[in-house]
Formats: sequence, structure tokens, C-alpha cells
Amino acid sequence: MKRAFILGIATALTSLPAWTQAGSSPSETPPASRLPPTTVLKAEDERVAVIDKAKDSVLAVFASTGKGGGSGVVITADGYALSNFHVARPCGNAMKCGMADGQLYDAVIVGIDPTGDVALIKLFGRDDFPHAELANSDQVRVGDWCFAMGNPFMLSTDFQPTVTYGIVSGVHRYQYPSGTLLEYADCIQIDASINPGNSGGPLFDAEGRLIGINGRGSFEKRGRVNVGVAFAISINQIKNFLGYLRSGRIVDHATLGARVGSDEEGRVVVTDILDNSDAYRRGLHYDDEIVSFGGRPISTANGFKNVLGIYPKGWRIPLSFRQGGKRYDVLVRLRGVHGKEELIKKTKARPRVVPMPIPKPGEKPKKVQPKPDRRPIPTDRIKKTVRPKPPMPEVVKKHFQAKRGYANFYFNRLNRDRVWKAWIAQGDFAGLRGTWTLSGQLEQGGGEFQFQLSDADGLLKLPAGEATWTATDDYSSSLSPPHSGGLLPALSLWRRLAVEGPDRFGDVTYLGLVPLAGHEGLVDVLVGLHKGVECHFLFDPVEGHLLAIEMFPDEDVDPCEIYFSEYRQLDGRFLPGRMEVHVGDDLYGVFRFDEFEFEK
Amino acid sequence: MGTNDCNLQLSICNVLLAATAVIASAEAARAAGTSIAQVIDGVQPKIVKIYGAGGFRGMEAYQSGMLVSSEGHILTVFSYVLDTEYITTTLDDGRKFDAKLLGADPRLEVALLKIDAAELPYFDLQQAIEVEEGARVLALSNLFGVATGDEPASVQHGVVSVKTNLTARRGVFETTYRGPVYVLDAMTNNPGAAGGALITRRGELVGLLGKELRNSLSNTWLNYAVPIQQLRESVEAIRSGKFVSERDEKPEEKPQRSLDLAMLGIELVPNVLERTPPYVDRVHPGSPAAEAGIRPDDLIVLLGQRLIQSCKSLRAELEYIDFEDQIKLTVLRGQELLELTLQAK
Repeated sequence: MKRAFILGIATALTSLPAWTQAGSSPSETPPASRLPPTTVLKAEDERVAVIDKAKDSVLAVFASTGKGGGSGVVITADGYALSNFHVARPCGNAMKCGMADGQLYDAVIVGIDPTGDVALIKLFGRDDFPHAELANSDQVRVGDWCFAMGNPFMLSTDFQPTVTYGIVSGVHRYQYPSGTLLEYADCIQIDASINPGNSGGPLFDAEGRLIGINGRGSFEKRGRVNVGVAFAISINQIKNFLGYLRSGRIVDHATLGARVGSDEEGRVVVTDILDNSDAYRRGLHYDDEIVSFGGRPISTANGFKNVLGIYPKGWRIPLSFRQGGKRYDVLVRLRGVHGKEELIKKTKARPRVVPMPIPKPGEKPKKVQPKPDRRPIPTDRIKKTVRPKPPMPEVVKKHFQAKRGYANFYFNRLNRDRVWKAWIAQGDFAGLRGTWTLSGQLEQGGGEFQFQLSDADGLLKLPAGEATWTATDDYSSSLSPPHSGGLLPALSLWRRLAVEGPDRFGDVTYLGLVPLAGHEGLVDVLVGLHKGVECHFLFDPVEGHLLAIEMFPDEDVDPCEIYFSEYRQLDGRFLPGRMEVHVGDDLYGVFRFDEFEFEK
Repeated sequence: MGTNDCNLQLSICNVLLAATAVIASAEAARAAGTSIAQVIDGVQPKIVKIYGAGGFRGMEAYQSGMLVSSEGHILTVFSYVLDTEYITTTLDDGRKFDAKLLGADPRLEVALLKIDAAELPYFDLQQAIEVEEGARVLALSNLFGVATGDEPASVQHGVVSVKTNLTARRGVFETTYRGPVYVLDAMTNNPGAAGGALITRRGELVGLLGKELRNSLSNTWLNYAVPIQQLRESVEAIRSGKFVSERDEKPEEKPQRSLDLAMLGIELVPNVLERTPPYVDRVHPGSPAAEAGIRPDDLIVLLGQRLIQSCKSLRAELEYIDFEDQIKLTVLRGQELLELTLQAK
């Protein structure tokens, strides 16, 4: 604000040359007339048009109590929108969102990513919300023009967003978290003005496509105003998390289970590794050199943290490392940064540092924190001072369900049922409670096989012999057949889900979208908990087919992986023609199905 | 067969290219001009991250610099960050080098470092240009220490708001520099940005980003760069051996009777650190120092044209001066640099 004083003088002296050059290339000579060249005017018109279109998807986010808020951006026609976790958290479960059309819409929290500082919310009232097009933020270059929109200082009362223009100052930046939350990995640094209130708002490229969510500035030294350095969460990172966020969960970021550092020769090497991590089981050891991770070459420790920061817990990511001069290419399953309870606790706690606190009118930066009043507060005073929460609007109430560990359990149910219905549409197994007999040939002339599956037991007949399995209270205690990782209990759980459905299976929730090796695009995952094991069912989000099962007898043990393919129709049901079974790095077997018998 | 066809195709292409080139030359120039990304890629290898003293109470232990010779001369600002024996630098490609403070000109607050490297990309200071008010510029620096290792420096864009002298507001800004500066409309001069490069959008060098300057009246911060023209002479002087802090390997012969501080009537602050800044503690009444106008709390920065960085180096330098010779001391008093002439009695 005060800086404007200096600039005021400057512009008065120099306004003409400054404006005639605006938008033009540096080589352009000033025209004889006072009018800028047509190319300049055209560029300006284009810019104005892009901004005019982009503004329609921008949100001014307000807490229902009227206190606090920030910005956001709509990304789907049915009203899903992005903001920052640090904006959504103080708003609670329901918020109000103002749009450029002048309307105020009710919105509900959907999912939160406290580590990545992202929140997914959903607006109500329309099915044709103007929404932003998501760009490929890996293609953003330093020097590209960009613009930020939002509600800095909560200035706008008619919900018209403020626009600030700038260039990309840096890409693939790493900004340390506060504790384990609010980590900005692989983010985009810009010099467009970002001020308190801009948090959660969109960063657009020059064509008006969404490249990031603005959330952080370097405000350490000069108070709570723009200092020409701000950071946006890349939209590519958010794309990775979007499926998880739609699950209504509090989602976690990932670790490799290993620490890395640069050695004297500048190589990035493993300095510490947990022996119960998937990375360790895939062969990564102390002092191995990290060559590439997530498809990116790794040359610095920050580069490694950048890759780690863009993936959710549980994803399997390609890792290449060098050990004793030999290169290994593996897929590693990422662990969570937090324990489940730890994440819930941290999410509820007051954040230690808020990236962009909104100053109250007339507030001056505080130098001395007043000492907290440690006297116990009489209970009768609490009743007077605690404000009642405003009632949740009806539409929000209908779309909200509280559950521990979830931001909004309603959306978990919604997606669980969507995936279930898509699967069942391919073939209904309801009432087929008798023995299932699956027979066929082992691949490559391995001979005939037959599975017999029922509620209480399972049998696999192979040319070499038979394996049996009997259901107990702890499935992890009998992972039959040997060396299969538990193929019979895993198939039994598949049968159970198909026959009983998610409600009677036990505890079945929606995890989100994950990558699956050999499959283009991400796939839906349902997680079933039953008798001491965790079973992941991976579904094709388009066809609805079950693509894979991963049964985890324990968190720190390689799961039994079952891959189904070559679906064809048999007796009105789509059934797999081929099943591949893996444990860790080993292939257990490939089964080709000829016949399915489902007893009632 | 293939060769002829190829040639034919090539010549057709050339004709086509020539034709389109004429039509689209304006468009192409615009495209080339607006590809800031390419310009930045060309300049980044010349930007250096510098690490040194500091790291407490809001004094960041890093700043920026730029390569100004292929054999590793680095131009930067003269600041407390360089006040250490252990200055390290990281080049754009991630290579790390220990740097030597070759010399500094306290009047311009400019310093020249040297690293032991060769065949580096660099800014030719002779090619630096002057720009007018309203010129569109880019600033490259490692502000806030955002980049580490081989991560490229941060880039900001802006306009030269005015070209003016810092003296215009004497006493308002805490600086000894009184010369012309480019005042910028971008938030460039943040912690760690000092020593960064101001360039045109075609990649031509224009200025050196200065230290953080706070306006003590309005509590605001100035964003500015010092025109390279102001610095060329000093850089040349340092490269030719003036304003340097260290003697060549073969020291000159010392005079039979050297000058010392007692003869001048100067008492320095107690020498408690490896590099205690040479602040004057007491001046003896009636001494040559008193007559020349030296006062307690003056910081001695130059003896003749030699850079003085510690009590120890001042004493050592005096040993090379005959007790009857006249000397010039440059001292920093508040934000004022004063050159004073002294002669022992």
C-alpha cells in the first residue's frame, strides 16, 4: 500500500512510455501516433476475453458464520470445486460460495488433504456450473504468463473476483511443511500478487486453463502482504489426489519408507530405510543410488521430495535405483506419512502456521504475543461465550454424514455404491450362495485346474496336487495354497463381495482412484475388511469390471495380487477368461477359465 | 536419386520459407520477443547462489550473484554474507565451489568473488546496456533462498518505474550508495535477492539487484537495481588489484619503521573474533586521527585502496607503510562514507 507512494511518483513521470510498451515485444519501435500498435491492442483484447471467461468459475469462499474464508475454483459442471485445506478447515463442514454471477451458493466439504493443503468441496443449486479446464501443469515453463483470481483481503462484496497478472518464477519448487502438514511439493512459484484471501483460488495459464491452486506466499519478514513470491499447488498433483478426495476421506500423503540425501559426488543415495517397507522388499537398500522416481530423473534430494509429494499414500510408483553398478526398475507401494489416528488428530488441531492469515481491518502486525491466560475458566462462562453454530442448510444436511476419519462420509457411500452398481450391472451374483466351481487350464500346458469356493472353505485342484483352505476368525493365519500369498481366502472374499454386496460383506469403503500397471488411466478401489485381512478390489471405472484383487494379510507383508482380464459374456454375466496371480516379485500362476458353475 | 530429390525439396522449402518469412516476419518477431522462457533459459546458467555468514535474527546467510567472466569471476553485492572465510557458491548446473572474496568497493557496495573454474557462461559487463524509464525488465535472483542445488533461480517481471539517484532522499534509505538506480515496480529486492541480475526481455544485462532498502520514514521497502555502468570501473579496479583484501603471494618488503595505530592515535575495539570489524573505539585528543576528524564508532573500510575487513588485517596492512607516509582512510560513519587523510607526527 505504502509502496504505491513511490510508484505514484514514478508513474506520473513516466506514464507514457510505460503504457505504450505494454503487451508489445521489446523490439517494437514506438509508433508515430499515440495509439499502441494493433498487435498490442489485439493481445490486450485476447487477454481481457480470457480473463472474462475464467472469472465465471472462481469462488469467493465464506464460512457460514461469516468469519474467515478465502477463494476457490469450480472444476466440474455438477459443482465440485477446489480450495485450500487451510481455507476450508475454519469454515467447518458447510460453507457459502459467491460466484461472478452474483449468486451465493451453499457448499459442503467433500474431502481434505491436510498435508497437500487441498480441500474438495461441492456446490449445490445447479448442474451447469461454469468450470475451469484442467491443464497439464508439467508443461508450465518459467517465464510463462499466468494470472491468479480470487478474493484477496476479502475485498469483493459482489463476488467479482480480483485478477492479478504475472509470470511463472519457478517450477518444481519444494517448500517445507509445517510439521507434517501444509507441504508444498513440486509447486509453481509466481510473481503475480498473492495476498491473504487469495488462498484456495485458481492460478490460470495465459489461455485461462487451470494450472494450480494458490496457497502460499513468503510472508516471513514484511508482514501479511504480497512480496512478489507466491506458490501454487500444481494441478497435476491435485489430479493424482482427486479420486481420493472424492472418497470423502481425510487423505494422506506418502513416504517411501526410506530417507535420501546427496553424497559427496552429488548422487542422491538412500541414507536410511525401514526394513518393513515395500521399497526394502523390492530390493532397495542403504547407500543405493536413486536414479529416477515416478518417471523423473532424480538429481537432488528436493527433486526426490517433489516426486514423493505429488502422490497419495498407497499408490505404486516406478522407482529406478543403482546397486553395485546394476540398475533395477521396480514398482514401489508408498506408505502413509501419518498413522490413521495421528492424521485425524493433526487435522483437528490448530495449525501451527497458517500460510496466509487474513488480517482483520486495521490490524497491525503483532510483535509481542500476549501471554495466555492460564487461569481455569469457570464453566458458566463457557456457555455464554460459545456461539451456537448456524444451522446447516437443508441441502447440505442431505449431503453430509459425519464419521471419524472422514471429512464427509456421505461421499464415500456415494462412490462405493456407484462402483458396486457398475460392477453388478456386468453380472449379478445375488443369491448364488452355494459352492462356486471354476475350472480351466493352466497357461503354457500346465494342465487342468479347478477351484471350489464356498462360505466355509476352499479347494484348489492342480495336476501336482490339492490345496485346501478353511475359514477361521483370522484369514491371515492360513494363506493357502503355500507361496500364493493366500489365493483361496482372497477368492473367497471376492465371492463374498459378489454374493453379499458391500452392506452385508462387512466393512466396505471407497478408497479412490489408483494407478494399475498395464492399465491406462486410474482405477476405482473398494476396500473390504474381513476377518483380519484388508482386501482391495480394483475396478475399471468405465466398464465396471473387476480388474484386480490385492489381499493384505498384514500391513508389512506383500499382498496376494490377482489380475483378471479377457472378460467375455457367459450366461448373461461378464466373467474373466484369464487370471494371473503374483506375490511380491514372484508369479504364482496363470489360470485360463473355461467353465464357471455358481450354485444357489 | 535421393540426393537430387532432397535438394529439390530443400530449395522448394527455402522458397516457401522465404515467402512466409516476409509475410510473417512481424508475427515471428513478436513470437520470438515474447518467448521469455527461451531468454530465461539462456540467462539462468549465469546466475549464482552464494552462501556465507548470517543465519540469525532475520539476517539470511545467502545472496545472489552473476558470473562476469568465463574463468569464474562473480559479481555480487558487498554485504555481511561475504564476511567470512567460507563463502560457497552453487552454479546453475548444481556444481558447488568455494569462493574467494577477490575485493570489494564499499562505496558502491559491490564485491567480486572468484571460483576456480573455467569455460563458464557469463555476462560481459561491456555489453551491458542502459534502459529508459518504462522499459520492461526481468529480475533473476535466489530470493528467499527458494532454489537450491541445480534448481534455477527465481524470475520476476516488471517495469523500470524511474531512473533516479538514491541521494534524492538522503538519510531516508540506510545505504552508502548515492548513485543512480533503476526503481522497479516488481517486488524484487527481497531477502537473498541482492546480487541478482536485472535484464531486458531480450536477455541483455542492465543492472545488479541491490540490498534490501527500507524507507525509514514510511517503513516501506524499495525495489531497485544499480545500473551496470556504475559498477564497471570498480569491477575493473578490483580485477586489476585495487580494493582487494589479500596481498599477492610474495609480499612487498616492509619499511624499516612501519606505521602503527598508536602513532595515529587510534584505538580499535577489542579484537575478540577471527574477523573483528575494525571499529574505532577511542581517538586520542590532539592525535593525527583527531585532527583528521576520525571519531569513535567509525568503521574503517579502506586503507588507501586496500579493502580492510578486520582489526587484524588493518594492523597487518599498516606494517607495509612507512611511518612518515601520508595515508588515506575511508570510514563508514552511520550511512556516510568519508575519506580522511592522516599523517603520523
